[in-house]
Amino acid sequence: MMHDLPHHPHPDPPPPAGEGRGGGVSGGACPLLAAHGLSLRYGAVPALDDVSLSIWPGEVVAIVGESGSGKTTLLRVLSGLLRPEAGEVLYRDPEGAAHSIHGMGEAALRRLHRSDWGFVHQNPRDGLRLGVSAGGNIGERLMATGARHYGCIRAAASDWLRRVEIDPARLDHLPRTFSGGMQQRLQIARTLVTHPRLVFMDEPTGGLDVSVQARLLDLIRGLVAELGLSVLLVTHDIAAARLLAHRMLVMRRGRVVESGLTDRVLDDPQHEYTQLLVASVLAA
Amino acid sequence: MSATQTRSAEGAAAAGGEHRSRGPAGPDAGYNFGYLDENTKRMIRRALLKAVAIPGHQVPFGSREMPLPYGWGTGGIQVTAAVIGPDDTLKVIDQGADDTTNAVSIRRFFARVTGVETTERTAEATIIQTRHRIPETPLHEGQVLVYQVPMPEPLFRLEPSVTETRRMHALADYSLMHVKLYEDIVRHGHIATSYNYPVMVNGRYLMSPSPIPAFDNPKMHRMPALQLFGAGREKRIYAVPPWTEVRSLDFEDHPFEPVRADAACALCGSRESYLDEVVTDDRGGRMFVCSDTDYCHTRQARREAAE
Amino acid sequence: MAYVAVKGGERAIEAAHAWLAEERRGDPMLPELTVPQIAQQLGLAVDRVMAEGACHDRGLAALAIKQARGDLIEAAFLLRAYRTTLPRFGASLPLDTGAMRIRRRISATYKDLPGGQVLGPTFDYTHRLLDFALAAEGEPPPPAPEAPAGDATMPRVTGILAREGLMASEAPGEAEPPDLTREPLACPADRPLRLQALARGDEGFLLALGYSTQRGYGNAHPFVGEIRLGEVAVEIEPPELGFPIEIGEITVTECQMVNQFAGSRTEPPQFTRGYGLVFGHGERKAMAMALVDRALRARELGEEATAPAQSEEFVLYHCDNVEATGFVEHLKLPHYVDFQSELEKIRQMRATALREAAE
Repeated sequence: MMHDLPHHPHPDPPPPAGEGRGGGVSGGACPLLAAHGLSLRYGAVPALDDVSLSIWPGEVVAIVGESGSGKTTLLRVLSGLLRPEAGEVLYRDPEGAAHSIHGMGEAALRRLHRSDWGFVHQNPRDGLRLGVSAGGNIGERLMATGARHYGCIRAAASDWLRRVEIDPARLDHLPRTFSGGMQQRLQIARTLVTHPRLVFMDEPTGGLDVSVQARLLDLIRGLVAELGLSVLLVTHDIAAARLLAHRMLVMRRGRVVESGLTDRVLDDPQHEYTQLLVASVLAA
Repeated sequence: MSATQTRSAEGAAAAGGEHRSRGPAGPDAGYNFGYLDENTKRMIRRALLKAVAIPGHQVPFGSREMPLPYGWGTGGIQVTAAVIGPDDTLKVIDQGADDTTNAVSIRRFFARVTGVETTERTAEATIIQTRHRIPETPLHEGQVLVYQVPMPEPLFRLEPSVTETRRMHALADYSLMHVKLYEDIVRHGHIATSYNYPVMVNGRYLMSPSPIPAFDNPKMHRMPALQLFGAGREKRIYAVPPWTEVRSLDFEDHPFEPVRADAACALCGSRESYLDEVVTDDRGGRMFVCSDTDYCHTRQARREAAE
Repeated sequence: MAYVAVKGGERAIEAAHAWLAEERRGDPMLPELTVPQIAQQLGLAVDRVMAEGACHDRGLAALAIKQARGDLIEAAFLLRAYRTTLPRFGASLPLDTGAMRIRRRISATYKDLPGGQVLGPTFDYTHRLLDFALAAEGEPPPPAPEAPAGDATMPRVTGILAREGLMASEAPGEAEPPDLTREPLACPADRPLRLQALARGDEGFLLALGYSTQRGYGNAHPFVGEIRLGEVAVEIEPPELGFPIEIGEITVTECQMVNQFAGSRTEPPQFTRGYGLVFGHGERKAMAMALVDRALRARELGEEATAPAQSEEFVLYHCDNVEATGFVEHLKLPHYVDFQSELEKIRQMRATALREAAE
């Protein structure tokens, strides 16, 4: 299945050669998040080996690779959930000041996670409170950032249910009564309700049926474009990357083996591992 | 109604001046003043100073094993023992009353180990140890209100792990509690908490006010008296210094509302005080009387004097 | 008139205490139980009260049992409340249980070992048939036969394994362990603090938790390396002297459980230890304690910690029976102020619900 490639928000993205190795120097705007020289080992196994990347405002970057390639570890390091042995991750706040993610302390990091950032887990159970109503799940982030008007919180939650195509009549229902696809859409609503600037997504379509996956990808694509979100998307699904991402990084054994604009990487893969990945998805 | 008569008789006795007494024969010579040794008192005072400096923050302390069971006021007793001096006048209440068995027991304990003067009059006490109530008579500067606290952690029903709740306090991450209140309104149309109603202290720490009825929460806000909280079994002390902001959690469109029975006290006629419901028969008969016995007695005496 | 009875005060309390004393004494036609009789003939009850009361004094423990009418948790509470008033002079040197004067010593891991197996005074292998002869007051039993005093030393089984490098060595502790009775428990708790809490912990609670590890909640593979019971010297080293002096002898039960350990990235496969030590003869408690101690080491050994017995917070916050009994029993104190606020709240919510249903 072919889709139109997403329109890149930056007509002149940094040269692909600058990516994945020491970080590119952009002409003009600053990256929202920039990582340099990230390394981490699990025992003797390198999970990350000198990884660098940047993401610009409004950009969707996919990190692809097989399971065990280090892509989920990279996402956890970039979002501050894991500490690298070497390297640095810098986040630029709305005022333009840069902050080191692993130097800011747990309190500041949690604040970031519940305001500027969002995280969509592969398993919605990790991102939802299953014993709390759908409205409460969406409202939690609003309340965590100071909302104290019950009616307004409900109105916002109701609106977000509609936006993720869940019947607002289910506002007071518990998510455990929802299907897997609905739970995932609820998790997305809960994450986006505070209009984060940067969203981390870890295999958001992972555990879902193929038909449900397609609908969810369309939904994510629409919301990302509408809200102008920056997204770091981890996926093993090349089709998902093609549909959503402006740029992509291909990982293998903890290293970025290839990176560039999505259409360039997928239509003209340079690295033999990328060629294999693309070939296997075409064969499938 | 003989219950009424009993109450009235007690009220008259109190008005007649039997509300003050001194320990029978001075302090028990077999124990240090206030029962605890001086080093232990010093340790508790250090914890208290820290608690006053960080309003609403739970300070761990080396709670001792007391001769009364855990859960029966050992935290409050240790706090009182650490701050009481020979010139103090002590009042002890349980459920608002001076004559409930546990209040009697604790008052006797302090009479025995300190010999200080005890009183039932809220206004005359320098230290008031309480379980489950704040007196109706407004407290004044210089008084100390010591609460007995069974569970100091306001989040314990939502998150049982002490390690995790300590992290939440450190990060001021209280969204779990807000979600709980939101869910209450979803399910019941009201915030379903009626006692031990959580408060924010000084805009920073979420705090358990101890199991006082929510009716009493507003009295904590900018109270002129010092409020000290002791949890013996859980080994925590916390405090609200005088004139500190104490806000009950709520929503703008579902504001906190203190609840009391919609009735007047059958003894003193008060429509402002918190009322106990007394079942008078098994056919639905009931009456309401003040939970704060001193408040009720004082009003009755004033009314009788006026007649 | 229920509410008059609750306010009632001083007189009610005094009457209750008088009644309690009468009940305690029982039928005055029967001779009164003496404290030495309890100390001598209910020795295991005394041992348990000393262990859970965290105070080694047979006479006081026996008195507490008499005062508590045989309620052992109440007796432990009495002993604790007394103990807390005592001045604290310092910590003893570690007990050398290797130098124990042994009354009982068994190992399940070796058929025979230096010093041999010593059965000692045990219920093991008794047939649990009520002995009606005990119902009649009779002559004291004939003295038990005594083996000729051997001169064999009795090295600890774990030491034998350690010499071969098969038993993980324990990290050397600080000179003086923390004192749970002076400092509040904080998690994560290190092992000395955990062992202290377990040694004072409730026998029934530890028994159930230890049992749960055997049934798969915690994946234990324990062997009783050794249980030993006997007398050990207690030594202190006063700073002004600079050398240790013996201040007395106490009876203790020690259990060392040997557990499998698959090894980790940094450690080769070897056995690990679960340790139990209690005052007096308290074999069941020492064994349960050793199981739970080992379960609580899951995290430091890199094992998955999912079972209740492996949760440090769960075990340490709930093992103390004096705390537990106080908090459970405090529910019988008056709570009518809170209950009243619940009544009003429920009435209010019901009214809302009924109004909405009517609309």
